[in-house]
Amino acid sequence: MEFFVQQFVNALQLGSLYALIALGYTMVYGVLLLINFAHGDIFMVGAFLGVFGSITLDLPFVPTLVLSMVLTGLLGVGIERVAYKPLRQASRLSVVITALGVGLLLENGMLALTGANPRSYPQTFITTRVYDIGGVAISNVKIIIIVLAALLFAGLYTIVQRTKWGMAMRAISYDKFAVPLMGVSQDQIISLTFLLGTGLAAAGGILWGVAFPVLNPYMGLRVGWKAFVAAVVGGIGDIRGAAAGGLLLGFIEIFVPAYGDSIGISSTWRDPIAFGLLLIILVVRPTGLFGVARRQKV
Amino acid sequence: MTLLQINRLSHYFGGLLAVDNLNLTIEEGELIGLIGPNGAGKTTVFNLVTGAYRASEGEILFRGEDLVGKPPHAINARGISRTFQTIRLWNMMSVLDNVRIAHHGQINYTLAEAFLRLPRYRREEREIEERSMDLLRLFKLERYAQEPVKNLPYGQQRRVEIVRAMAARPQLLLLDEPAAGMNPQEISALMDFIHWIRDEFHLTIWLIEHQMRLVMNICERIKVLDFGATIADGTPEEIRNNPQVIEAYLGEQAEVH
Repeated sequence: MEFFVQQFVNALQLGSLYALIALGYTMVYGVLLLINFAHGDIFMVGAFLGVFGSITLDLPFVPTLVLSMVLTGLLGVGIERVAYKPLRQASRLSVVITALGVGLLLENGMLALTGANPRSYPQTFITTRVYDIGGVAISNVKIIIIVLAALLFAGLYTIVQRTKWGMAMRAISYDKFAVPLMGVSQDQIISLTFLLGTGLAAAGGILWGVAFPVLNPYMGLRVGWKAFVAAVVGGIGDIRGAAAGGLLLGFIEIFVPAYGDSIGISSTWRDPIAFGLLLIILVVRPTGLFGVARRQKV
Repeated sequence: MTLLQINRLSHYFGGLLAVDNLNLTIEEGELIGLIGPNGAGKTTVFNLVTGAYRASEGEILFRGEDLVGKPPHAINARGISRTFQTIRLWNMMSVLDNVRIAHHGQINYTLAEAFLRLPRYRREEREIEERSMDLLRLFKLERYAQEPVKNLPYGQQRRVEIVRAMAARPQLLLLDEPAAGMNPQEISALMDFIHWIRDEFHLTIWLIEHQMRLVMNICERIKVLDFGATIADGTPEEIRNNPQVIEAYLGEQAEVH
């Protein structure tokens, strides 16, 4: 039982991190029908801005988190303005390839700036404390990650479901042409989408760096792809889906190696099993857990 | 007082001249029709006035201010709203949400206020919801408020589109083929309806229409386009008897009763 609870908390932690990153993919897709393949690398930039804040500026955890979210958010808005906006009328493929290019630029730019040695946050960033709750050892880091991710998701959910901006985002995804003619600035809504999505990726990056303290410029590739898959499985375009998909992936990735050994499955099978299960979900529900098929009237 | 003045407006799509030297003055409170055969450039004129396209040449003065080059949302905020030839509502969203979105420019709370659910955010969202419901009640659509738009009958969807356009509190309303797809009874009801909204909201209305019965009955002045150029301009009586109009619509030597 203690073992199960322990693994459950680990899975919540990993799943929350995937969910934070998956939200950015799903929001941008929801508004622009664009898969922003640079998003994983934006997550990496967020993590490295944490190094900048905590080591270079010697800031504590919360100011570093806010600084990284704001700067990364502005970077996301800037990338959209410079790289994607000029291609809004171009074919979808051009934009996707541009996104891949932006990702490479961020990876190699960061490599040139910081070198290849892996980085980590200072010991004093968050002082790890381990609580013993009924025989289960839970660190404060895990609690902070899970609670912060839940709060950020709740805030985002409010904005998307219950504000004028969220409503405009959904309207753009249904019919882009009519939106500006009804008094909504499309550019403003798209910028806001990028600001929120990349800001959350930065939060994910810093929390990731706290949980798994090895930062390198290529860390966004693996994590980014996994979060993207989580967003698709959840139903891309729906933020509840991104949260659900992220948590699901976190649970599979933790529980397969945790219990696989006892039934003769080596932990090296973690990823094949995780993605195999996700594939099965997509075969059964091609639009993902929360996705709704858009039927074309003929 | 002059509300809209269009001077020497022309628009090209590549080498194609879609609107050719259009001049038009609309006085406050008028009900004006824009007619012409298919492809004459009527909807293009609406797209130029509302900023969906940027005019190649000429000026569009709304209360004396040139609108050319202004983004559509800024033009909407100045008091010009429209409907579309084919219904362009946000189908999956509720009727109420469709109307709420059109209030966007009238809401002032900030992102932080929404994130923290501060009083101004809650008050403004509540006000917009009340105003939207008031509008729906006025148009007798309140029982559909929570219904996704796609579930409504066609005629009601047309009404919702007009309610949505009214949410921005326009002074000039552009109706692009409001009677398209309607049967004769629905068209009769629509004529009363257009008169009613003009009086109720003190509006100026400019409409595109192919249904001659509607145009001839309700418009005070009519402009006829063919291949982007104006071929006639006048009262319904003058238009009915204009040989160029008859030719454009029916070919030469036809008679209209």
